[in-house]
Amino acid sequence: MPKIPQQVISLGILFLIAIGGFVIARKFFIPHSFGLYGHYRADAVEEIKKQEIVYAGAKACYDCHDDIYDLKAQSYHKDVACEVCHGPAASHVENPDGVLPPIPNDRKGCAICHDYSPPRPTGFPQIIEARHNPGKVCKSCHNPHNPTLPHTPESCSACHREIYMKKSISSHASLECATCHTVPEGHLTSPRANEVGKPQKREFCGQCHAEDAQVSKDILRIDLKTHGERSLCWECHYPHDPETNT
Amino acid sequence: MKKENKKHLGRRQFLKKCAKAVCTGLLLSFVEFKNVWAKQVGNGDKSAERKYAMGIDIHKCIGCGRCADACKKENKVPREPHYFRTWIERYIVPIKGEPVVDSPNGGIDGFPELKGDKGILKMFFVPKLCNHCAHPPCVQVCPVGATFTSRDGVVLVDPKYCVGCRYCIQACPYGARYMHPEKHVADKCTFCYHRITKGLLPACVEVCPTKARIFGEVDNPTSPIRRFARLHTITVLKPSLNTEPMVLYAGAEGMVR
Repeated sequence: MPKIPQQVISLGILFLIAIGGFVIARKFFIPHSFGLYGHYRADAVEEIKKQEIVYAGAKACYDCHDDIYDLKAQSYHKDVACEVCHGPAASHVENPDGVLPPIPNDRKGCAICHDYSPPRPTGFPQIIEARHNPGKVCKSCHNPHNPTLPHTPESCSACHREIYMKKSISSHASLECATCHTVPEGHLTSPRANEVGKPQKREFCGQCHAEDAQVSKDILRIDLKTHGERSLCWECHYPHDPETNT
Repeated sequence: MKKENKKHLGRRQFLKKCAKAVCTGLLLSFVEFKNVWAKQVGNGDKSAERKYAMGIDIHKCIGCGRCADACKKENKVPREPHYFRTWIERYIVPIKGEPVVDSPNGGIDGFPELKGDKGILKMFFVPKLCNHCAHPPCVQVCPVGATFTSRDGVVLVDPKYCVGCRYCIQACPYGARYMHPEKHVADKCTFCYHRITKGLLPACVEVCPTKARIFGEVDNPTSPIRRFARLHTITVLKPSLNTEPMVLYAGAEGMVR
């Protein structure tokens, strides 16, 4: 057997040390789960799974708020999850009494979806926020869990369409025609012979708008004695769309 | 004589070598094929069989930006603009010329009204996110194995392993990745992996008020995504790149990229 030259032996030892060092270093530097399922750290998947949940999901809401679910399921908002308006609520699910999700009380939240925007799909209900009953909080007329309005009887709007359209976006939208007008029998068949009654006095409007009126605080109040002196209300304010003439 | 033999192969020897080569080739290709098959079907583990997909119905998107907002809240994405895991684009298609695309703050604060909209043919919204490609270019270019496809087909980033080289951000054809300004690692949509593995919906799907986003398991024939795929003509973004996205669009025209 031929003798192995000294230089080859030392070179071989060097190689062995380098390879051994590489193997040991590899063991220390590469995480143990690397390459278990592929060219990545398998533990990372578990770590990503542990991320905190912020949105609880509508199912968690309906476990307690089933009354809202029943109402909403019948309405146009049935697909709108609770957390769209009320914000993320996982902390509320964890601690129902300690953390309460906000109840929006402004026009901004509704306008995010319902303000007019040309790219929105045809048929999606949109309003021009600046002109649609300005200043009034949406939920004073629309229940957010069932947003369809109780609307003017079709029997009136069939003829008085223009008034109906104007009134529908005014602050008087939720008032029925018969709140202010007395409708005699026979008006439907011969309207000219049986004209509807109209309010005659300032005090009629005062039933809601006088300072001492026993109605909701949200309704605008005036002092009947000084406001507009002896003019009749409808000489300045158009009752079917009161904001536009003020 | 020996030398001559090597130079000129006899007919018998030639045929023998050919047969050997063909046999080896067949054997190799069979092994290859088996590997591919094993990868796609999985190893019998239940989690390896599931694959998630998201459907987006462009005709239903109202551009409210709730998805992008919820995503930021759920995943603690920095609030300032330019950092998004999902965002909404507005396509403005003129009568003549190329469509213009804008996305101010990802659509979270709404879209500014256009002044002088004569000459505009139409406009629509397109929600965008990571497409969770079957062949992700971002995974291919990662030099350290920090971004990968999980066994259920979701493309994820390992924030502890990422070195922040930004190769993946460059490689993504959909612009779905960003550099996290505090962690200094690449970040992107995970399909809300922490939610979907617990049976919840991704945050963007959860809050979408018009059900423009649909999510489900591809393997389950009764899942919402399978129904979505049955009822709509499905397209994917940039199909020519052969990335095979798992985000399916309905109503997307050719100009949507």
